[in-house]
Amino acid sequence: MAKPYIGAPIKRREDIRFITGKGTYADDIKLPGMLHAAILRSPRAHARIRSIDTAQARAIPGVVWIFTLKDIGEMAVPVPMRMYKVPGLERYLQPLLARDKVRYMGEPVAVVVAESRYLAEDALDAIEVEYEDLPEVLELRAAMRNEVLVHEENGTNLAAVHEISIGDAARAFEKADYVRREEFRVHRHTGNPMETRGLVANFDVGKRELTAYGMTKLLHYNRQVIASFLKLPEHNLHFIENDIGGGFGIRGELYPEDFLIPFASMRLGRPVKWIEDRREHLMAANHSREVTCELEIAAKKDGTLLALRARIYGNMGAYVRTHGGLVPCSTAALLPGPYRIPNYQCKVHCVITNKTGMGTYRAPGRYESCFFRERMLDMMAADLEIDPVDLRRKNLIQPEEMPYEIGLTRPGTNPTVLDSGNYPSALNRALKEFDYDKLRPLQGRFENGRYHGIGLAYFVKNTGGLEPYEGARVVLRDGPSVTVYLSINVLGQGHETAMAQICADALGVPMDWISVFHGNTDLVPFGWGTFASRGTVMGGSALHLAAQGLKKKILTIAGDHLGAGPAELDLQEGKIYRKGTEAPALDLGKLVALVRHSTMHNQGQPELEETAYFNSNKMTHSYGVHLAHVAVDPETGMVEILKYMVVEDVGRCINPLLVHGQAVGAAVQGIGGTLLEELVYGENGQLLTTTFRDYVLPSSTDVPAIESVVLEEVPSPLNPLGVKGAGEGGMVGTGAALANAVSYALSSLGVEIKELPLSPDKVRALIRRRSAEQAR
Amino acid sequence: MKPAPFEYFAPQAIDEALKLLQKYGEEAKVLAGGQSLMPLLSLRLARPAVIIDINRLRDLAFIRSEPDGGLRIGALARQRAVERSGQVATQCPLIAAAMPLIGHFQIRNRGTIGGSLAHADPAAELPAVSLTLEAEFVVRSTRGERAIAAKDFFLGYMTTAIEPSELLTEIRIPATRPRVGWAIEEVARRRGDFAMVGVVTLVELNGNDTCQNSRIVVFGAGEKPERVARAERLLCGKRTDEHALAEVAKAVTEDLDPVSDVHASAEYRKEVGGVLTRRALQNAFKRAQKETA
Repeated sequence: MAKPYIGAPIKRREDIRFITGKGTYADDIKLPGMLHAAILRSPRAHARIRSIDTAQARAIPGVVWIFTLKDIGEMAVPVPMRMYKVPGLERYLQPLLARDKVRYMGEPVAVVVAESRYLAEDALDAIEVEYEDLPEVLELRAAMRNEVLVHEENGTNLAAVHEISIGDAARAFEKADYVRREEFRVHRHTGNPMETRGLVANFDVGKRELTAYGMTKLLHYNRQVIASFLKLPEHNLHFIENDIGGGFGIRGELYPEDFLIPFASMRLGRPVKWIEDRREHLMAANHSREVTCELEIAAKKDGTLLALRARIYGNMGAYVRTHGGLVPCSTAALLPGPYRIPNYQCKVHCVITNKTGMGTYRAPGRYESCFFRERMLDMMAADLEIDPVDLRRKNLIQPEEMPYEIGLTRPGTNPTVLDSGNYPSALNRALKEFDYDKLRPLQGRFENGRYHGIGLAYFVKNTGGLEPYEGARVVLRDGPSVTVYLSINVLGQGHETAMAQICADALGVPMDWISVFHGNTDLVPFGWGTFASRGTVMGGSALHLAAQGLKKKILTIAGDHLGAGPAELDLQEGKIYRKGTEAPALDLGKLVALVRHSTMHNQGQPELEETAYFNSNKMTHSYGVHLAHVAVDPETGMVEILKYMVVEDVGRCINPLLVHGQAVGAAVQGIGGTLLEELVYGENGQLLTTTFRDYVLPSSTDVPAIESVVLEEVPSPLNPLGVKGAGEGGMVGTGAALANAVSYALSSLGVEIKELPLSPDKVRALIRRRSAEQAR
Repeated sequence: MKPAPFEYFAPQAIDEALKLLQKYGEEAKVLAGGQSLMPLLSLRLARPAVIIDINRLRDLAFIRSEPDGGLRIGALARQRAVERSGQVATQCPLIAAAMPLIGHFQIRNRGTIGGSLAHADPAAELPAVSLTLEAEFVVRSTRGERAIAAKDFFLGYMTTAIEPSELLTEIRIPATRPRVGWAIEEVARRRGDFAMVGVVTLVELNGNDTCQNSRIVVFGAGEKPERVARAERLLCGKRTDEHALAEVAKAVTEDLDPVSDVHASAEYRKEVGGVLTRRALQNAFKRAQKETA
């Protein structure tokens, strides 16, 4: 039996292309006659548009067209919600360009199309818009008072409410020995893929077909929406994704620009390119994470958890975008985490403000809820004088309780069910790998001017599912070689390698025979996409099924030729064997030739191929522990991470190098979000962080070497590979583990972290406040 | 993010550059390493009609030791060259120590000494260091050359005493005196970032290790780097004991009047300015004590 490819640490085959600068990104697409678009964005947070004068701008040589919402006319539709359509949200969708009023700084007002991007930006400068400023509302509580209405016609800024009620929380709170109430807040920040958004749309006037490059994440769904907007048949649109420099939830969702640029190309009959610049990205692409939680916990004296009660407020920004209420609703959905909490009550509020619209960012809602819950558990552990690890151990769901149904925590009728896992075992493993017992004496100790703290957070993250299916097509060709066509998209995860591994094992051919194609709506007719860590779970499973199906076909035909039943044959490393014999009975190359030239061997078909779809509406749940050892300088508020570890069980690991890379990359992003990044609004609703000088991302010199331990203790029963998604686990626990570590470090000063980020300024402010309180 | 239109000149000789500056004056911006100017152009925050690219003026890229122990650095010397210069390390170790705090090495490969000083970002290291060292700035125009003392060079937020027709050509660092210790301390959000606040100090000790002369310069906490005169006076005649340093630090905190921005509040800058002063002075005293007279 040949050594399986699944589980082998195989280097990414796409690396050479990326590392040597040979990738093809949206901006690399250059078509004859191509025009360039730039978007005029509102500099105001909330204002009525009195007039827009484009006369001067239109007069600039090289400016081809300038359009506003009026010019789109009857075709104008708002950007639709794709998911989490909590009733009420539909009243707050974003128009393609501002209509009468602008509601956040960065809102598109007009589009310039010119012969070059330089000229297009010159024209932006020359457009005169007269605004009448309105008072703005930025913060949740102020917005809830409805004194300033972002959408007057709706009469309220509370766009929607979603309620969860499991068990009887009120009764549990009455009976509890211990209750505590706290308010936690996660700050606004978001994903920053190295490649910003961008697309090239090319409308073929003769064929009435539109090809769009640079689309990603959800090609088929996006195509459907844009086709309906352009009033073209879906199959007349070809969406092609190229290489993509990162997604993280933010890239590949539909935004106004995804309608405006194809529209411009169709109207002008010429290719139009739009590349988002970083300033636009920071103010116009989805923001995320800004969620506040009033959390109450109830427990017995011995630490047994009885109930959670929460009020969650999501700052949705000015418009509800494609994700609907996902971010605050997902915060609520997994708030109980990996613990047995029989009573859970939660009310989620989606609140509209004059900020940029909210969407997902890697581990949306889970990063937030993990911080809320794991902080609360540490506070409770201190109150009850229970060791924080023991407290968690006591309440973790046990392996024999799996699958464990939490109940109905999401809008809709699908209950949240933790599919599988050995939570206590992962905790034990994490403590051992981190050398927790050895480090623990450092807890709170002051050494060389810094306080040490060790914090941990247990996380569980739903992966896969969400949309019903993914497809894959596998074709055996001359050479012999194998081509794989996927319906999922690739935003840099390494699918060209991992999928080849899956296919090689299922089919029984050498991996280097296999080429993986993806990111084109013409390759596979149906599909959803790559998000919620579902690529391998859904697309990988579809591919596994297709490859298995093709293998069966191959063995049947080979059997016909060899005069043997398919069950007597096997396919290994590209050769057909009679079972129990050493010498191959037939070479696959010969089989391909046989089929191609003599069609009787394959029921009249020259092609050896199989298409399969994997259907599942159930979610797999990866889980694990984040651990952090920090040192905090109390005089400067600087937090240094001395050691950071992510321990994550992914069910089954296709490629440990890729999973490790995902965990490390996600942890770095999570650390950045926790310590450095924040989208800050100032006076008059001005976004102050519109460059990387103000919005600070972690670089290689700002993070420690992340240690990642990948576990495969419990495969998921929900798919043939047993896999769970590995894209987000490295992110989920970062805020929680670091906040716990810093809280332990500063416990002698009485500091308890309840808000992120942990910037030096904010850490100092907490210390200052506590010492002032203690002095009184 | 594309610059507004501008005319571009790449003079081959200093005189040619000076003529262009004479001709275009305030309409022109000098491009050296471009590490600050290029983003400003792309964001259209700077819209000069003319760019004068001085990168071909190789004569301005020197690092020279003077017989008296002083140092002369050409405005076009790359920051990385200064960082790696043996002469700089021996004759002015404070400059050598400050260099790695400027951006990352990729930035320093391109960024120039003169560019950073002429740009005069209040949170940048080099302006504060040159003020501490009482450096001299040599500027030239078609009318001739003049030298400006550091204390007269930095006028305000990103504003220097360089006239529109002048080009910064050289920085002169006086020789280090015996029994002098130095230190630079800063806090930044990330390694290589502009400082939220920073302190550069110099102390000169007499025979019994008391301070007879000091300079305390705070940067990132105002419109420009500033000496804190009251703190310097307080330190005079003091030895390095905790009480004395705490008193000096307190004076710095009290005398700073910084602004708040997205990275830090004014209060943070005041407090931490004091903390860094204490830390910098401790290090400076230690270094001075090692120096023999």
